[in-house]
Amino acid sequence: MQAKAKRYPEEAARLLKEKPQVRTAVTGATLHFERNRLKAYGEIDAEAWRERAKAVKNHLLTHLDHYLELAEKRLRENGVQVHWAETPEDAHRVLREVVARHGVRRAVKAKSMLTEELGVNPLLESLGVEVYETDLGEYLIQLLGEPPSHIVGPAIHLPLEEIQRLFHQRFGTPLEASPEELAQVARRVLREAFLTAELGISGANFLVAETGTLALMENEGNIRLSTSLPRVHVAFVGLEKLLPRFQDLGLFLPLTARAATGQRLSTFVSLLQGPARPGEEGPEEVHVVLVDHGRTALLHDPEAWEVLRCVRCGACLNACPVYRQTGGHPYGYVYSGPIGAVLDPGLLGLEEAHPLPFASTLCGACQEACPVKIPIPKLLLTWRHRAAEEGLSPAWEKAAMGAFLKVMASPTLYRLFSRALRGLPLPQDLLPLLRAWTQGRGPLKPSPKPFHELWQTLKEAKEEGDGG
Amino acid sequence: MAQMRVALFITCLADQFYAEAGVAAVRLLRALGVEVDFPQGQTCCGQPAFNAGHWREARPLALRNLEIFGEAEYVVLPSGSCASMVRHHYLELLPGNQEALALSEKTYELSEFLVRVLGVERLGEGLKGVKVAYHHGCHALRELGVKEEPLLLLQNAGAELLPWEAAEECCGFGGLFSVKLPEVSLAMADRKLTTLPEAQVLTSTDAGCLLHLSGRLAQKGLNLRVAPLATLLWEAYAGQG
Repeated sequence: MQAKAKRYPEEAARLLKEKPQVRTAVTGATLHFERNRLKAYGEIDAEAWRERAKAVKNHLLTHLDHYLELAEKRLRENGVQVHWAETPEDAHRVLREVVARHGVRRAVKAKSMLTEELGVNPLLESLGVEVYETDLGEYLIQLLGEPPSHIVGPAIHLPLEEIQRLFHQRFGTPLEASPEELAQVARRVLREAFLTAELGISGANFLVAETGTLALMENEGNIRLSTSLPRVHVAFVGLEKLLPRFQDLGLFLPLTARAATGQRLSTFVSLLQGPARPGEEGPEEVHVVLVDHGRTALLHDPEAWEVLRCVRCGACLNACPVYRQTGGHPYGYVYSGPIGAVLDPGLLGLEEAHPLPFASTLCGACQEACPVKIPIPKLLLTWRHRAAEEGLSPAWEKAAMGAFLKVMASPTLYRLFSRALRGLPLPQDLLPLLRAWTQGRGPLKPSPKPFHELWQTLKEAKEEGDGG
Repeated sequence: MAQMRVALFITCLADQFYAEAGVAAVRLLRALGVEVDFPQGQTCCGQPAFNAGHWREARPLALRNLEIFGEAEYVVLPSGSCASMVRHHYLELLPGNQEALALSEKTYELSEFLVRVLGVERLGEGLKGVKVAYHHGCHALRELGVKEEPLLLLQNAGAELLPWEAAEECCGFGGLFSVKLPEVSLAMADRKLTTLPEAQVLTSTDAGCLLHLSGRLAQKGLNLRVAPLATLLWEAYAGQG
């Protein structure tokens, strides 16, 4: 996916101004998810589950080479063809080969953020393959030509009216068609695609190294169909998606469901163990593409690696009051919200993604929601520090910081600054800050006298009190 | 027993915009039998620079404060986020610095100090019947774990704490965030304020949040008293007026 993360500040402002309905839709949907999560966490010893999950993922990540080799071995034993993709181009090569060999004309896709990262849809389209996103939300945004705005609910930014309008134009449904009716229309179109596609594409929530099992969670049944009906199934799996043992699913499946949607378990869980054996139904050929795309580099970054524990549940997006105002589009890349702000700089580089770590007030709500306890605020601070060190701050900010330090490091200048706040001209370098503040909040109203001047009286009052 | 001594770290925002909170904190601590110092030369904890990634600018300020507050028995701040800056982030900013560790261990937000160190839960009944909306400053709430202390002190003084759906949600201040992403920051304030219950006073531990929210309230023509927690706690003791 072409990243536009650099434009986050402008895009966020533009969206708030031009599409206020997005804010309403996203706020409503995320608060709903968030309430469900809180309830679902409340039913379990969430602290203990999260601590356990963190330990398992840390174990995995500190022995990743071992588990990758084991996973590859088990997958091959299960009859799966394993490919390694360091770059999107490597992943594309696998797809090109499959498409050519099987004469693929139509593909059905289960929702997968990694395939967004790799640009799978544009590639397939360039090969003349008709691609159907089969997750309902993902299908909607595919029809609109938009990227997903949320990891779990890709279309949460769309108000119902917009979907009604889209289906009216596209399929001739009445403008006031109910969500159920709209879903029925999508279902008819997608059923046809499932039955005729030669290729099914998915990601994976987990890949169990011990058994070579792909685990996929969903609520619509489209993943099950995408991975079982077509002759060929290709699954793209990020290196960090492994789990050491089969039993770890007993923790991660329910924990991820609780974090993502507040469910005790997703409606469907598919555990895939390779192509169909004689007498079984299912794909004849299964490929697993293990994708690096910047993950190994992140793993070796001692200050940023913890982001790789992420299970892509989207809980941090739902908890984030910054994300809630705009949804994911202004972030300009596949991963938005708090997790995007600490993952995208690692995947894209700071030069491209540097505004994202600043898209936060460091309120810490994300960290409380995270099922694998990623210290997101700490990682945000790390990326911010690097951005400043690399000189990526805007010029006015650098100047303002210089002025700030000068004033705050000298009690004399600080007193002058106090007086300036109360009528004298302020240092030039601080003026842009002041303007940005007063628009929307009105003029600053300092106390008549700063406390450090009042202290003198307080001190004397005390001394008099002592004397009397 | 020797009298307990507290060094007040007023913090730059309270110094400039909520001076009365400092006066209230001094009076309250004295009334509770605590000796209060106001070490000279203090300015800012460095948080605005630190949070924005400018650790080079934040570090000299942190080092200054190690000196200014080095001798203090306790350091008390009428601010949750500045207290957290000193307690938690000085350790990241100045790794291996033992004085930072020592300062970290004796630094408290005001209501936290009253309840956890002084063991005071009742200040008086000066807030009888006052309808209060309490905004949990994020760093007080999630970094210091200061949640029950202010509520307890307000409630025990007779205040009626109004339920507020968004009480624990960030108000959108966020230091430099408020001027770097002003549109998002204001949208967050608006979400916070549209859920605001019909209170007589809006209060919080943090001057930054209050400055941001009161500015927004005024822009919307809403006339609600906004007072720092320290001010209300003094009123809890001494009565309003």
